[in-house]
Amino acid sequence: MELGPYILLASLEGAVTAAVLALTAVGLSLVFGVMRVVNIAHGEFFMLGAVIAWWVANSIGGPPAMGFAAALVIAPLVVGTIAAAADMTILKRLEYDPERTIVATIGLLYILQQLTLMTYGPDARPVEAPFNQRLALPWIGRTETGWEMYYPWGLSTTTYKLAVIGAAAAVLGGVWAMMARTRIGLLMRATQADRDMALAFGIPVEKVYALVFGIGAGLAALAAVLIVPIQQAHYLMGADPLLLSFIVVIIGGLGSLPGTVVAAILIGLSDGIISVFFSPTLAKILATLLVGLVLVFRPNGLFGTRAP
Amino acid sequence: MLRLEAIDAGYGGGRVLQGFSLDVAAGEIVCLLGRNGAGKTTCMKAIMGLLPLMAGRVMLDGQDIGRLPAHEVPKAGIGYVPQGRRLFAGLSVAQNLEIGLRARGSGRDTLEEVLDLFPRLRERMAQPAQTLSGGEQQMLATARALCLRPKVLLLDEPTEGLQPSMIEAIRQVIVQMRDAGVAVLLVEQRVDAVLSVADRVAFIETGRNGEVMEADALRADHGIVERYVGV
Repeated sequence: MELGPYILLASLEGAVTAAVLALTAVGLSLVFGVMRVVNIAHGEFFMLGAVIAWWVANSIGGPPAMGFAAALVIAPLVVGTIAAAADMTILKRLEYDPERTIVATIGLLYILQQLTLMTYGPDARPVEAPFNQRLALPWIGRTETGWEMYYPWGLSTTTYKLAVIGAAAAVLGGVWAMMARTRIGLLMRATQADRDMALAFGIPVEKVYALVFGIGAGLAALAAVLIVPIQQAHYLMGADPLLLSFIVVIIGGLGSLPGTVVAAILIGLSDGIISVFFSPTLAKILATLLVGLVLVFRPNGLFGTRAP
Repeated sequence: MLRLEAIDAGYGGGRVLQGFSLDVAAGEIVCLLGRNGAGKTTCMKAIMGLLPLMAGRVMLDGQDIGRLPAHEVPKAGIGYVPQGRRLFAGLSVAQNLEIGLRARGSGRDTLEEVLDLFPRLRERMAQPAQTLSGGEQQMLATARALCLRPKVLLLDEPTEGLQPSMIEAIRQVIVQMRDAGVAVLLVEQRVDAVLSVADRVAFIETGRNGEVMEADALRADHGIVERYVGV
C-alpha cells in the first residue's frame, strides 16, 4: 500500500481510539472538574463496563445486536450505580478531601479489580459486534491514465468502527447539551464554580456529587461497551484507559470538557498513527513526553483555568 | 426573627465564635462591627450552615435551623451575600439569578421585582458574571440573594471596594429590604456606611459578644467604635 492510503488507515484506527478515549476522559474530567476528586479507579469502571457487557451479551443470547444493545444500556447504568454508591459510602465520608480521596480510589481500584478476577476470572473474552461489514475505502491517486479513484488493497474499515466514532460523538454532544442546556447541568456548573455558594443557594451538593461520579463512571463504562467488540473484556484492561485519560485530561486542562475532547482527538489520532507506523509503546512514550512539556510550559493544560 | 443563642463555631476544631448571641428582628438592620479576625464572617458562615455549630442554637422564627444540612438553610428563608461576592463564575447573570430563584421556588415575578431594583442587570442578563464590573458584581450578588425572597438577609461587607455611587445604590436596596420587613444582618468595616443604615449595632470581640447599642447612641459616642474597631 502507498503512504497516503496507509496514513488514512492509521488515522481511522486512531479515530476509533480517540472516540473511546474522549468518552472515558470526559468522565474523568467531569468528576475532577465538579468534585475536585482525582479518581484513580476510573479505569476499573471502564473495565467493569466491558465485563458487564460480556455478561449481559452472553446472558441474553439471541442475535448479537440484541445482547449488545442490552449491554449498551445496562452496563453504564450498573457501573454508574456502583460508582454513585461508592461516592456516598466512601468519598462522602472523607468529605471529598483531595488527598484522602486519591488513596481511597486507589483502594477502590484494587477492590474492583480483584472482585472481577474472583468472579469473572483471568480470561479475556470477546463480545460479538452487532454488525461488522467490511467497507473498502476509495483513494484518489495517480495512475498510468491520470488521476483516478480506486480501491487500494487493504484500505478498509468496518461499519462497526464507524458506528463507534458516530456513537461517541453523539454521546459527547449529549454530555455538552446536558451541561449547557439543562437544569441539572446548571447545578453541576454552579457546584463546580463554588461549592459553598452552591450550598448557600440550596443546591444539594452531595447529591450532585453522587450523580456526577455516577455519570463519570457511566461514561467510562459506555466507552468500554463500545470498544469491547474490538478489544476483549479482561480484568486488567483498566490500566491503559486510566493512563491515557490522565494524559488527555492534563493536556486538555483539568476540568475542561472541550479541552478534554480536543486532547483526546490529538492523543487518539497520534496513538493510532504512531502505533501503525512504529509501535504502540512509542506512541505512549510520546504522549507521556507531551504531558511533561504541557506541565512545564502550560501547567493548566491547553484549555484549563487556574483551580480556585 | 433570627436569634443566635450562645453559638460556638470555627474551623478545624478551633473555636472562633465562643458563646456568641445576637437577635435580629423583622424590619431591622443590625450591623456587626469588629476588628479583622473578630469572627464576623465566621458568624455569617455558621448561620448559613457552612461551618458546623459546636455549641448553641440558630433560631429562625422559633425553629432551630442550626443543625439543618447547609443546603436546607436558604430554603428556610436566609439569603446570603458573601464577602468578595463569590458569584458562580462561568455562568451568566441570568443563570446566577436562576440559581437564586430556584432555591425557594421563586417565580418570574420575583425576578422582575429584583431586576427593578437593579435595572443595570437587566441589560447584562446574557453576560458571564465574571466579566461584570466590581459594582455590577456586587449588585448581582445582592440580587441573587434577593431572588430567594429571604426573610433574613446576611450581607458580608457589601460595599467593599465599591465607588460611592454603587455604595449608595446598595445602601438604598438594603433600606428598602428593611422597610419591606426583611431582617438584615450586615457586616461592615466602614463605620460611616454602618451609621447610615443601621438600626442597632452589635460589637464582636475575639468571637465574643461586645456591646449592643442603638445606632443613634453610637452616633453620639464615637469612642466606642474606636475601642472595638480601632478607627
